[in-house]
Amino acid sequence: MQKNAKRSLWSGILFGLGFVAFIDEFVFHQLLHWHHFYDRSTTSVGLVTDGLFHAFSWFATIASLFMYADLRRRQALHSMRWIGGALAGAGGFQLYDGIIQHKLMRLHQIRYEVDVLPYDLTWNILAAIVLTAGLFLIRRTRT
Amino acid sequence: MHHVHNAHSLDYHIPGTLVLVIGAALLVAYIAAARATGRHLKRWPVLRSICWALGLASLAASLIGPVAKEAHHQFTAHMTVHLLLGMIGPLFIAFSRPVTLLLRTLRTSSARRLTRLLKSRYVQIISHPVMAALLNIGGLWVLYTTDLYAAMHESRFLYTLIHIHVFLAGYLFTASILANEPAPHRYRLPLRVIVLILAAAAHNILSKHLYAHPPVGVPLAQAETGSMLMYYGGDAVDIMMMIALGYQWFRSVSRESPGGNLKPAA
Repeated sequence: MQKNAKRSLWSGILFGLGFVAFIDEFVFHQLLHWHHFYDRSTTSVGLVTDGLFHAFSWFATIASLFMYADLRRRQALHSMRWIGGALAGAGGFQLYDGIIQHKLMRLHQIRYEVDVLPYDLTWNILAAIVLTAGLFLIRRTRT
Repeated sequence: MHHVHNAHSLDYHIPGTLVLVIGAALLVAYIAAARATGRHLKRWPVLRSICWALGLASLAASLIGPVAKEAHHQFTAHMTVHLLLGMIGPLFIAFSRPVTLLLRTLRTSSARRLTRLLKSRYVQIISHPVMAALLNIGGLWVLYTTDLYAAMHESRFLYTLIHIHVFLAGYLFTASILANEPAPHRYRLPLRVIVLILAAAAHNILSKHLYAHPPVGVPLAQAETGSMLMYYGGDAVDIMMMIALGYQWFRSVSRESPGGNLKPAA
């Protein structure tokens, strides 16, 4: 069923996006304290888009899980397509976070009081690999 | 920094006993109504009565007790009160569906009068999700980014008015997003989801704005902890509302054809 494949993909994408936002919040803000809540060099556009993304990412996580539960209930989940979506959503959002939010909008940096370049490279290259793997899986599971 | 909170001169005591008596009366009335109507109608779920009790407790904690007292001088305490009065209290009260229970309990003529009131133009306008969100979040922007916050601590009248507004707007917003009570208009789920996300975002943005630009008279350190409490506390309540909406969708699609319809039912 075309519809179920599509919904599996979207559930995966939303989950990936929400999961990365969740990791970002809990690991980098709360556990490591690398990221700052607000570092005062943020542009106002950055502040607004960050607010929107933060709210949307919670919604994405919750919506994706209800969609997943509904697909499972009807035994209509396309697992590989879901995983592809999740990887693409995760990589895509991390890349957006690493380049647009950290660098262009200067929301906050990955870490302070160190040379941030190796962190930026690790962050964005990892994101690109995850995104590529996701896109590859999505292509392969096309119905 | 200029300190407006030397407002000890303005020491308004809300009589604790009065709040407790009213709260207890509301709790007893709700449970009595649930039991009485449960005899001849469908049983009223216990969970709703628990929500009602939690909602009343949140409101009471925002009005009396140590945190409420601190709130006149300390921004973080003020934010705790705001969270209890404008978000957590309204959330639990909306979950307990007081309007549905009231309609079940009242005699037909009175119930009809209440329905007519709910159908009135005024109620319809303010209970539209977009309008309710503007009244709720817009009110906060006005309160914290103008001199109103400082003025509030100098005037008993303003203080009372603003706190009544915070509760009513918070409840109106929560109820209009959850849409779990009888209403002449039941707005579609996608609209309610979008309004909720935008309102949550506006709340986040305001929190971070206050972190760097404290309201007049609030010391920077208090603004930092207070705004972070606002940010994460707001998140917690927004997440509960999103889960409630997700569950509404999950139940509505199961009622459709088992083939599954992509469109989330309104």
